[in-house]
Amino acid sequence: MDPLVIGGRKLGSRLIMGTGGAANLAVLERALVASGTELTTVAMRRLDAGGGPGVLALLERLGIEALPNTAGCRTAAEAVHTARMAREALATDLVKLEVVADERTLLPDPIELLDAAEQLVDDGFTVLPYTNDDPVLATKLAEAGCAAVMPLGAPIGTGLGIRNPHNIEMITAASPVPVVLDAGIGTASEAAQAMELGCDAVLLATAVTRASDPEAMATAMRLAVEAGHLAHGAGRIPRRFWAQASSPGSE
Amino acid sequence: MDVWLNDDRRDVPSGTTVAALMAEHGVPERGVAVAVDGAVVPRAAWAATALVEGSRVEVLTAVQGG
Repeated sequence: MDPLVIGGRKLGSRLIMGTGGAANLAVLERALVASGTELTTVAMRRLDAGGGPGVLALLERLGIEALPNTAGCRTAAEAVHTARMAREALATDLVKLEVVADERTLLPDPIELLDAAEQLVDDGFTVLPYTNDDPVLATKLAEAGCAAVMPLGAPIGTGLGIRNPHNIEMITAASPVPVVLDAGIGTASEAAQAMELGCDAVLLATAVTRASDPEAMATAMRLAVEAGHLAHGAGRIPRRFWAQASSPGSE
Repeated sequence: MDVWLNDDRRDVPSGTTVAALMAEHGVPERGVAVAVDGAVVPRAAWAATALVEGSRVEVLTAVQGG
């Protein structure tokens, strides 16, 4: 597969994974390896006494780059602070910027999101914002200097798939930066659909980590992302109303 | 003097540095970030950053998520 370039990094896999929701690190490890991912999200939380090296050590051992997120932040100020802490802790300029409006929907707060994105770009971050499936907001985030835009298919953890495919297609058709479908994916066909709609990558966690067999679902997602990417590039046939024979006539 | 470490009150000797507080609580050298009163303190500055009465020290690390 042709590599994806985000913020100057070349990624051989177009599947970005999350680490949330896995029952334990052994399950997570098998899922990450099966997914083929090269970039995987982590969250920033207070250090508990006695906390082990955990997920960071795992990612380091597997050679997977960590993408810290700002999950749990409600305001631009909180998100900017969390991003700066992540940069210090992980020595990375990458940040998955999340600024959500409320716990029930976990939908991005567009006003705070754009504000935080502008501040973090100014501060030298490579900003990957988790955003609404809103083509106007996606354009504004790209104009603000974000390295990619990451619209949701459906709210985080719902597994409802891509609720507004036309919006996603409008975003991919116009975006000057890579588009990563982030959140809402429930199963492999939806990951393939995201790629067919022109997304450059898919970011998912729950669909794999909470599947009955995370390793098998991770494999399915890897194949689906590859298949969807190839299909998008291959140029699908136009839709027809009436049948068109694919065998020669008998006369 | 009293300082706050992730919202827990700690009684420490006057002049305690960030480095000393981290060492006392076994905070690992890598994979963590420290802020004092909301401002990130880079690792290289831990030893030279003295806490004062009421300092609020935040220590974060990466966990599974997202």
